[in-house]
Amino acid sequence: MDWTALNISLSLAAWASGLLLPVGLLAGRWLAYTNLRGRGFLEAAVALPLVLPPTVLGFYLLVMFSDARLPGWLWQEITGSGLNFSFAGIVLASVIFNLPFAVQPIQRAFEGIPPYMREAAWCSGLSVLENLLAHRTAAGLAGLGIRHDTDFRSYAGRVRRHSPWSVAPLRARRARLPLPFTDRMQAFDESAAGTMSLILLVASFIAIGIVYSLTGRRPIRVR
Amino acid sequence: MSGDWLFIHIRQTAPIPLRLQLNVRPGELLALVGPSGSGKTTTLRAIAGLYQPRYGFIRCNDDIWLDTHHGIRETPQQRRVGVVFQDYALFPHLNVLEHLTVAMDTGTPASRHAEALRLLEIVHLKGLENRYPRELSGGQQQRVAVARALARQPRILLLDEPFSAVDQMTRQRLQHELARLRRQIEVPIILVTHDLNEATALADRICVLHGGNALQTAVPDVLFRRPLSPQVARLTGHYNVFTGEIVEHDGRTWLQWGHHRLEIATSPPLPRGTLVDWFIPDSDIILHRRGRPSLGERENPIGGIVEECVTLGARTDVTMRCHGTNEPLRLQLNTHAARRNAIDIGEEIRVSLLADGIHIMNPVDYERNSGTVY
Repeated sequence: MDWTALNISLSLAAWASGLLLPVGLLAGRWLAYTNLRGRGFLEAAVALPLVLPPTVLGFYLLVMFSDARLPGWLWQEITGSGLNFSFAGIVLASVIFNLPFAVQPIQRAFEGIPPYMREAAWCSGLSVLENLLAHRTAAGLAGLGIRHDTDFRSYAGRVRRHSPWSVAPLRARRARLPLPFTDRMQAFDESAAGTMSLILLVASFIAIGIVYSLTGRRPIRVR
Repeated sequence: MSGDWLFIHIRQTAPIPLRLQLNVRPGELLALVGPSGSGKTTTLRAIAGLYQPRYGFIRCNDDIWLDTHHGIRETPQQRRVGVVFQDYALFPHLNVLEHLTVAMDTGTPASRHAEALRLLEIVHLKGLENRYPRELSGGQQQRVAVARALARQPRILLLDEPFSAVDQMTRQRLQHELARLRRQIEVPIILVTHDLNEATALADRICVLHGGNALQTAVPDVLFRRPLSPQVARLTGHYNVFTGEIVEHDGRTWLQWGHHRLEIATSPPLPRGTLVDWFIPDSDIILHRRGRPSLGERENPIGGIVEECVTLGARTDVTMRCHGTNEPLRLQLNTHAARRNAIDIGEEIRVSLLADGIHIMNPVDYERNSGTVY
């Protein structure tokens, strides 16, 4: 038994979950209540890791974590070590990759809270922060939904049933499109790999952005 | 609880027209009544801080909660209002006791617990502290909502149709409890309801809203006997609103209604020949008993033919087409009186319109006014 691998996996899960919970709560709540135009495309950005081939996402993460790019350079300046191929790097990558699995169920849970329930919390003297963090009302209410929605098995089942892309075509897409990309990477042709990644990224973003914009869901408004 | 005055002045034309000015004193219960879409709930939400009107000024004693002119807008938390929502808005994941303690922001956990138990005893929920909303009946949920609102130690209490989601029997019992409870709290209370009987039974004053305008605010007796305008009379469920002319005869002021010259007890200072709307409540229309004339029959006697006669249990609603005006006059009779007098469609009957009950609405008042405070 490779205890090191198990240890890294458990540490990674703990760190990623610990970081994803507050990020998911804040982002999910904001997405649930914002009236911002183009909300659908923000949701699409959050959902991108769901539809992007892992190789493409991995490529971008490698590029962004390198010292030549701002995120990697900043990390290097602050900590003195690089992000790529480090534990911090895989935690960060894991957070980004799992962002939709945290944000989306939390967002749905917040959207499921009737507006008058939030108003009742305000009139009971609870501030937005208390409401969110004290696990008393809104967060508590959302928690009722989050506990159900973040169960990965039920979520995966729901994706399979309701996703505009069924799993089979998704697999087919992944099989077709990333192969030349992988070939280019293995040939160290970064320019061609970058172009293909960009095309995949933009196409995926536009596709799910349109889907989210057309689903007709509206942010919660008070009566 | 403190004894605060509440002053509200709201004015906007869009998106929801609102135009009203209200005062509510400590311990007073003001009912906002009006048809759907009249602005009752929006007004309540503006007071609670859940809705910001375009122009408004709301003051509770010396604290300004809203002053759009000076950019002051306190949050619902800062205003310290107790609100009972229409569907109670109870938190499904909190038990009864937690609903109360979550709304308390002073004292130690032990003192909050004790205070919550005291409030639960007041609203007759002792022993149900650990129940969740799903384990409570509609009436019990309503009581939890009231107790939660009181647990906040509110400066004002706002009730948004609190009895609309319960059955008739429970409603009557809860109304009785509210009437008892309000004797124990010295804060302004505003009740939104579309039920006039409920407003009359519970409120010290009633404000009639229509299209966002406060048409009249008055004690129930004044509102029902002296409506400010034909619109208020109709909105308060009265039908006997007619048009007549002020005339003078023998040095006295009379009301000419068709061929009838009606004696009136009081009249606004209007010049002779003025066309006015006038109103008479059901209670001031007296049916003449067949074969047994009485002295009262000399007071504004009117004859007519029964056009409609509907028996509703112990009450019978009669519409007569009056001779000399051809207008319909509606009156309510005890069913046994209707039977004894053989009231039926097509029958000739006679009634007296009591001079004290005839109320002439001054057009100057209601054309100028909206939101008059009596």
